[in-house]
Amino acid sequence: MIAALTNPDQFMRFSRWAAPLLGVVAALLGAAGLWLDFIAPPDYQQGYTVHIMFIHVPASWMSLFVYACLGGASFIGLVFRHALADAAARAAAPLGAGFTLLALITGSLWGRPMWGTWWVWDARLTSVLVLFLFYLGYLALQAAIDDEQRSARACAILALVGLINLPIVHFSVTWWNTLHQGSSVFRQGGPAMPPVYLAPLLTLGLAYMAAFGALWLVRIRAEVWRRRAGALALRAAG
Amino acid sequence: MSGFSVLLRRELALSWGGGGGPLLALAFYLAVATLLPLAIGAEPGRLAAIAPGAAWIGLALASLLSLERLFERDYEDGALDLLALGPAPLELAAVAKCLAQWITTGAPLALLAPVAAVALGAEVRLAPLTFAAALVGGVGFSFCGGIGAALSLGSRRGGMLIAVIVLPLFAPPVIFGGGAIAAYAAGLDWRTPLMLLSAYSLAMAALGPFAMAAACRNALS
Repeated sequence: MIAALTNPDQFMRFSRWAAPLLGVVAALLGAAGLWLDFIAPPDYQQGYTVHIMFIHVPASWMSLFVYACLGGASFIGLVFRHALADAAARAAAPLGAGFTLLALITGSLWGRPMWGTWWVWDARLTSVLVLFLFYLGYLALQAAIDDEQRSARACAILALVGLINLPIVHFSVTWWNTLHQGSSVFRQGGPAMPPVYLAPLLTLGLAYMAAFGALWLVRIRAEVWRRRAGALALRAAG
Repeated sequence: MSGFSVLLRRELALSWGGGGGPLLALAFYLAVATLLPLAIGAEPGRLAAIAPGAAWIGLALASLLSLERLFERDYEDGALDLLALGPAPLELAAVAKCLAQWITTGAPLALLAPVAAVALGAEVRLAPLTFAAALVGGVGFSFCGGIGAALSLGSRRGGMLIAVIVLPLFAPPVIFGGGAIAAYAAGLDWRTPLMLLSAYSLAMAALGPFAMAAACRNALS
């Protein structure tokens, strides 16, 4: 299936119905997740601010997930010189930057009532901020090189350098300081969270994932069309 | 190895010949260290608390300065094409460039770092460790920065782009270097962060040249 999708025509045929389908799935899951969120009782410690978590936590999951997608697409584009993989990497970066920014903003909004401050220089916040800087560097490099092929390859190298460096940054920042509460979903012995919170969190996590899938496909399609339009314009001119 | 020494000598000669070698970076570092008390206030207590960290961040910024010309000069006059065609792999040329960058900029800056730290009010006993950390961290700064310099070849804006690409990568060495000095000042274990800093520098020196060579080939294609 993946092999078939590397053919741009096949990909365009597949994504024509897959993108809207994923969009509908995202809307349904998002509505369900928000409903589960609204009926969830206020937390005994966090009060109503716990509702921010259902927006915040999936966004921070996606910030890393999208970077992994970006790195994977960059690797394929670099090694196999595949144009569609370049388009996929190019299309993923602004989405990832958006998710990361959303995670930072919602985290800050949650931190104000809970920690009494908009921003704390703790390990996880700081490493998400550095991740955001990685995205900004990627987007800046992409915008700065005119030649499309060269820009794509330079960006792919940068994405892989970033992929190697992200765990190092995370480790160094954790070493530096830690105050953020530990992860309460992914840990040994199962999630430390009552089902009434886990259900909306996971539903919204899936909704984010589907929304990213839909937007990614739409953006790759737009990228393919843009290239085709460019090629047609060249042919018409020449 | 003789090819490498020729490359290294060429880089050293070029960096001394055009642009006065380390003087620019040293002047920049001095200027940053001068502006700092003007912005923060000159009370010794307040300044002394941040002196080692400030000296360290100034070092990271000063290391960025001369990176723009690291590959750009050879790219513009066609020497990079020759290097790519020559018998020595481009990776080796990248190592020579970064090593020369470290010798001509990193090491002089490392000498100035303890002076800046003490001038800002750090205790004198921190000076040797500041020098050692700056010397070791300089390897990481130069190889890490080389990646940014090679990637931004052929782009429309060099210097700022390199800074935006490279500064996030500087987070680990800044943390470990600053951490080592802070730990030593507090009488804690400073060897671990210094080891981690060395590990980061060595890892960058080992992996960076491949990224730089790939980026150069891409820019030349």
